[in-house]
Amino acid sequence: MSAPVYEVFLQKPKGFYDTYERKSGDKTLMHYCPGCGHGELHKMIAESLEELGVRDRTIFLSPVGCSVFGYYYFDTGNIQCAHGRAPAVGTGAQRSRPHSIVISYQGDGDLAAIGLNEILQAANRGEKMAVFFVNNAIYGMTGGQMAPTTLPGMATTTSPLGRDVKLAGAPIRMCEMISTLEAPVYVARCALAGAKEINRTRKIVRKALETQAERKGFTFVEVLSTCPTGWGINPPDSQKFILEKMVPYFPLNIFVDKTDHEGEPYVPHPEPAPSKIHEILRLTGHEVGSFAPGAVDPRYMNPRMKIAGFGGQGVLLLGLGLAQCGMMEGRQVSWLPSYGPEMRGGTAHCHVNISEDEIGSPLVSRPTVLLSLNQPSMEKFEGQLVPGGLQVRNVSMIPAASKRTDIENLDIRASEIADKLGNPRAANMVMLGAYAGYTGMLQLETCLAALPEIVKKKTLVELNRKAVEAGYEEGKKARKA
Amino acid sequence: MAQDAGTNVKGALGLPAKRTPILIKGNDAIVKGAILAGARSYFGYPITPASEIAETASRTASSGPGISLKQEGISYCAGAELPCVIATIMRGGPGLGNIAPEQSDYNQVVRIGGHGNYRTPVYAPASGQEMCDLTMAAFETADRYRTPVMIAADGFTGQMMEPVVFPDPIPALPEKDWATRADAATRRNLISSIFLEPDELEEHNRHLQRKYKEIEEKEVRFSEYMIDGAKLVVVGYGIVSRVLRTAVHLAREEGIPVGLLRPITLFPFPKKRLEELARQAKRMITFELSNGQMIEDVRLSIHDRIPVDFYGRMGGNVPSAEECLDVIRRAAKEGGTL
Amino acid sequence: MAGEKIDKGRVEIGADECKGCLLCVSVCPAHVLVATKALNKQGYHPVAYTGAGCTGCGFCFYACPEPGAITVFKLVKTA
Repeated sequence: MSAPVYEVFLQKPKGFYDTYERKSGDKTLMHYCPGCGHGELHKMIAESLEELGVRDRTIFLSPVGCSVFGYYYFDTGNIQCAHGRAPAVGTGAQRSRPHSIVISYQGDGDLAAIGLNEILQAANRGEKMAVFFVNNAIYGMTGGQMAPTTLPGMATTTSPLGRDVKLAGAPIRMCEMISTLEAPVYVARCALAGAKEINRTRKIVRKALETQAERKGFTFVEVLSTCPTGWGINPPDSQKFILEKMVPYFPLNIFVDKTDHEGEPYVPHPEPAPSKIHEILRLTGHEVGSFAPGAVDPRYMNPRMKIAGFGGQGVLLLGLGLAQCGMMEGRQVSWLPSYGPEMRGGTAHCHVNISEDEIGSPLVSRPTVLLSLNQPSMEKFEGQLVPGGLQVRNVSMIPAASKRTDIENLDIRASEIADKLGNPRAANMVMLGAYAGYTGMLQLETCLAALPEIVKKKTLVELNRKAVEAGYEEGKKARKA
Repeated sequence: MAQDAGTNVKGALGLPAKRTPILIKGNDAIVKGAILAGARSYFGYPITPASEIAETASRTASSGPGISLKQEGISYCAGAELPCVIATIMRGGPGLGNIAPEQSDYNQVVRIGGHGNYRTPVYAPASGQEMCDLTMAAFETADRYRTPVMIAADGFTGQMMEPVVFPDPIPALPEKDWATRADAATRRNLISSIFLEPDELEEHNRHLQRKYKEIEEKEVRFSEYMIDGAKLVVVGYGIVSRVLRTAVHLAREEGIPVGLLRPITLFPFPKKRLEELARQAKRMITFELSNGQMIEDVRLSIHDRIPVDFYGRMGGNVPSAEECLDVIRRAAKEGGTL
Repeated sequence: MAGEKIDKGRVEIGADECKGCLLCVSVCPAHVLVATKALNKQGYHPVAYTGAGCTGCGFCFYACPEPGAITVFKLVKTA
């Protein structure tokens, strides 16, 4: 007759470190107060991690609050987060390591107050992480202040007469709020109170982590938990407090369960070969200098240009075209859009430099060339032209005469020419062609080759080509002998 | 700047023969530079004038108001020694201000805007090419020193288009043995900025300071223009340095012995070079799109050995070269440097 | 031993890992856990197993906030 044989049934889970290397205190005990719910929930998480065999893949996010020391206990990858930001950190961790299982462990101040935006956004994006929200209706670590989840009438150090819902609002029901979102696949509230609810909590924790291991989506588990110290109630009575006081306000339920589908398998994103990256990013342009600049009258060399007109006349594109051509002919160029305080009154303008030398200021305050596409632009900017400068005027839109007598004016009926070609909005390209044809600064061949680089709609390239050619002819005709 | 001396910016010289430039916005050049440097994740928030960066994709970027919101995270990254690159395209402030260019966030990025004993290296690009090159450099610096690194540009440099020649992608940075990679090898790693014991936190802080000292010794970048024989030294960074370059050129033509020093890194600041220049020059002027923030670093660098003047514009106004030339002329006369 | 009832389970409590919160006592259906009068090294009155009557249900294990304070055993064979 031998003695009965017993085998270990339940013992400290392997998800925990053997000893806790905190700087002070016993290395076998947690730092939590007697009867604190954190320890129970930690144990359930550690147990599930062990059973699912996913410890290596797990990144545990410690919050700010009593559970800040989560990293001393969980034998997993650990990141300690700023208050309320764990879901943001988790988003980064999960997206950069898509095979990971991310656990965001947060208290009610952390999650429902300072981090409310982070949790809602992460939930709404359906980030693949398991959020465990420990609701003990109080700020525990800081000494028992009123939290977003403090019950109506419940006394705390900052609500000594009890929470006044007229003053502080009613407690936030996070599960109900999260349940309104499309993405979360599992939302549940459970309680660490009494054998039955503790057992149910254990299953819910397990379910959430299983859902993560299978890459099914965002899970949110709210755990009603005790804070005997903060509440001033002994641990067994604290569990009664949960069942009698908290549960009526925070009903226990599985609010969402959409886990009845296949998980999304992790497929590593192939990294492109280094040689392909330039191609993907479209970083290769025309061979510089393949378009030879022509001989230019010295007074037109190194133009500092302002291009101005109504918004919608394609002023910025015209400037871009000039800069693109200059670059293709091997010159230094800069293009700066009107921007900031100058950008008012519905007019747009930009600054373009084309230079044989390196360009200093990209800002053109005293232009040598002004392209005026409408009358307000001429009136606003022709005074800035340097004496002897060139103004190309779209006289279709400028009935008034130029007030400057010490500059050169090239008058082009750009809008009318463009209209005849099919669209008055191509006036900007007529102006480009006219400037090039008149000054010889840019070759027609360059202008035409530049068009596909700057005109995004390919169907418009042909119209713009005609506009440039027509403008070029006009400009060349007017060129001085 | 082709005529600059003293610059050690990679890619500014000796480009591959077959590489061709493309005309591109500064903000877009940052994005492409980041991808070439290996960035595969972007977490940001669109704020004019940095919106193109969010539209395109990679690491984090914003403008003044958004950077104020990020200060918590930057401090935590510094404390936990997490490498990251943050671009700020400075706009007008304080408060909502406006979306026009300013350099009024100098103190925020250089003197640090978050809490604690940390610094962040700050790169201040002045051209489209540098928006790419310095972004790539920022990634390498962040990785090497395990620190957040800032790129501080202004609205003009972000919005301006210039030809940029893109270098080869840098080889993948080594995997980090300290990271939490969600694998067996790194399972016991901890990313944290908590050091509850005073002695432990002090040691951690001393470690951080040693790192910043090394950065100050090794990572200073600046460039100069017409500095030889300069009795008046003008100091400006970012877009202002471009305007000053033209102004200095014009002033030299008038016979004024003026030269330009452009800090490329705002931290570390080119203190030693300024100290040398203070022996040669009689006066310095800082030009800034702010109420005068970098001037404090200039004065500290030269121990107020010579007078340092300040000329600033705010609200989004960028001075013209002629405006700067006037300031240089006046200073040259008053300061007796002519 | 013949005729004596054999327990289906057994529980061990590490006296120095117990913080005396009594949650295990409150959930134990067999009422076989009790607080002791002795003080442990943390200054708590640890809970102890009376030594008989454990059903091996495990309720105490999950109610206990300390990871390693309670170990539950189950009967695998009687002879």
